[in-house]
Amino acid sequence: MSKFPNLIAATAVATALAVPAYAEKFGLGRPALPEEIAAWNQDVSPDGTGLPEGSGDVFTGEEIFAEQCAVCHGDFAEGVGNWPKLAGGADTLDHEDPLKTVGSYWPHLSTTWDYVNRSMPFGAAQTLEPDEVYAIVAYILYSNDLVDDEFTLSNENFLDVEMPNADGFIVDDRLTSEAHFWTDTPCMENCKDSVEITMRAAVLDVTPDETGEVPPAETGEAVVEEAKAEEPAAAEPVEEVAALDPELVADGEKVFKKCKSCHQVGDKAKNKTGPVLNGIVGHAAGAVEGFRYSKAMKSANEDGLVWTEEELSAFLAKPKKYMKKTKMSFAGLKKDDDIEAVIAYLKSFGG
Amino acid sequence: AGPDPLITEVQEWASGLGDGVDATPYGLPISYESDVIRRNVEWLTADTISSINFTPIHALDGTITPQGCAFERHHSGAIELKKEDYRLMINGLVDTPLVFSYADLERFPRENRVYFCECAANSGMEWAGAQLNGAQFTHGMIHNMEYSGVSLRTLLEEAGLDAAGDLKDKWVYVEGADASSNGRSIPMDKALDDVLVAFKANGEALRKEHGYPVRLVVPGWEGNMWVKWLRRIEVTNGPVESREETSKYTDTLADGTSRKWTWEMDAKSVVTSPSPQSPITHGKGPLVITGLAWSGRGHITGVDVSIDGGKTWNEARLAAPGTDKALTRFYLDIDWDGQEMFLQSRARDSSGYVQPTKTQLRDVRGLNSIYHNNSIQTWWVKANGEAENVEVS
Repeated sequence: MSKFPNLIAATAVATALAVPAYAEKFGLGRPALPEEIAAWNQDVSPDGTGLPEGSGDVFTGEEIFAEQCAVCHGDFAEGVGNWPKLAGGADTLDHEDPLKTVGSYWPHLSTTWDYVNRSMPFGAAQTLEPDEVYAIVAYILYSNDLVDDEFTLSNENFLDVEMPNADGFIVDDRLTSEAHFWTDTPCMENCKDSVEITMRAAVLDVTPDETGEVPPAETGEAVVEEAKAEEPAAAEPVEEVAALDPELVADGEKVFKKCKSCHQVGDKAKNKTGPVLNGIVGHAAGAVEGFRYSKAMKSANEDGLVWTEEELSAFLAKPKKYMKKTKMSFAGLKKDDDIEAVIAYLKSFGG
Repeated sequence: AGPDPLITEVQEWASGLGDGVDATPYGLPISYESDVIRRNVEWLTADTISSINFTPIHALDGTITPQGCAFERHHSGAIELKKEDYRLMINGLVDTPLVFSYADLERFPRENRVYFCECAANSGMEWAGAQLNGAQFTHGMIHNMEYSGVSLRTLLEEAGLDAAGDLKDKWVYVEGADASSNGRSIPMDKALDDVLVAFKANGEALRKEHGYPVRLVVPGWEGNMWVKWLRRIEVTNGPVESREETSKYTDTLADGTSRKWTWEMDAKSVVTSPSPQSPITHGKGPLVITGLAWSGRGHITGVDVSIDGGKTWNEARLAAPGTDKALTRFYLDIDWDGQEMFLQSRARDSSGYVQPTKTQLRDVRGLNSIYHNNSIQTWWVKANGEAENVEVS
């Protein structure tokens, strides 16, 4: 009997000692170095905090936009397909289906600068220089009719730009405007007289087909099998297809993730932001049916460019250097191994 | 009917042998369950890299969502970030800006909490009318997991908040390591309340698609704030007003004004079965009606179910008492007469909020909202047991 209370007391003391006092530091982590903070602390606030020095004009912005942004956002920032429209939509916010763009909706210019700087271009984020970002933002303002074509945006005049919807926002007011949703006595009986169907999802018929069949996982093995099956149809010499290294193809599939946002391969492939790449190795450049190529790619086609492994390697290493004004807004593959692998992967999709 | 051969005849599985251990060192569901998967609605977005898919809630029970079928939402694709390469920086208005490695995070006192994570756009396609035919598609941008991690408060205090002065008007800006640089501003009182820096979910490491190795957990608040691949926490004087808190995740009202900072997820519920993807196949008689309820403002106190489109309501049975900002499973066991039903559920939470009808929501918010549709859902269950997504008067 006598042991028991003592044990509890001892445990209580031990517990108290093991739990640190409030806000006591653990001494974990290390101080962040100024260079490290500078590298990551890139966000820009509405009052301009975080903006680097620099400037860019509408004209330069138009050129950079055409190269880096237009493939998704359109030459005039009008948007391509489902990709965001950046211009237009003025005075539509109280209409049905308002068009929300930088011009019609975004309340702070800092948001555009910050987003372009840290998150764009899609697939090559954080590759733009501050002056380029200023120029792109100037062009977006111009495409929204908010500045004239002589305009130069800089850190000096940044706060002078007036955003049309700057006053269009209120802080969440649900607690007051929706106060009637807080009710102690929800209706339980005779809550309404009749119930009629007013809308049916089946009429719209936009629900994805759901057969329960899962497409087989795309393993390296499966890809290789596919390549073998397509061997006879492949335009490449047979020995070269047979020489495809399964591991290299599998590595290439991983690298291809960087390309997938714009390009499709395989049986069901369609032209998206970029053309279908089935059979592209050894194929004439700029010749995929139904794809709208840049002028640069069209003239390369006319000049008889063929995507041999050598040409494709050079293109993939630095697309914009290889072909100025290509629509492909991709910075390039830095590693030779990645280029080799992705070409092997593309070869596995025969012709 | 004669005797059942499945009983009277010796079946292959009752005679031969099954798999040995190690046949699947990390197990996946049996092939017969291959339809219980996340699904995407292709026409919603330009590309799967910046898109969302949906949890198969129609086929799950209980409250914990398995990681493998918990919805994904990425802005620049799911990246692969090794623990060894992981760094978390705390900077801004702190006494000492710090960098933590993954191993550092594991040495802070740990918490375990179950919370739901719902995308603010869940049910967003249904504002204008019934559109997608299935609970997975109408309500599947939600999952509910048990998180293990360190409280954000602990990490902020490690860096020291004296430099921030009065904390009342301060914010933290949280940012991910992927190319989208998704970042959101969170007021300091929430940051010091229940926010977690999590590295495990349902007992195991986070999945790549959910932010491996470290994500933020912001209980009860919209999923976009639960920054994945969390790399930086900055204490600031004000909100950054990033893209994700201005141009997106704001709610435009009928008069063209937009609400911002609509962080809390309102109380909501849905019947997961029967539903369009989970029809009644057994005819009349005993029927289990079940679904999920949740609230970002507290815990679920009750759920009412109607089988006649909201004329009369019956209180459902909660599988367990509601817990703070987590999913609650409800059941209504009925004797189905084989007649058509208009199935609805209505959640109530500990703040006294009652889930509104779509008409009630539209009266306040108009038709141009994208986010925060928490209205009552109606399934029209026909006499043959099939169900369809409808709106009723």
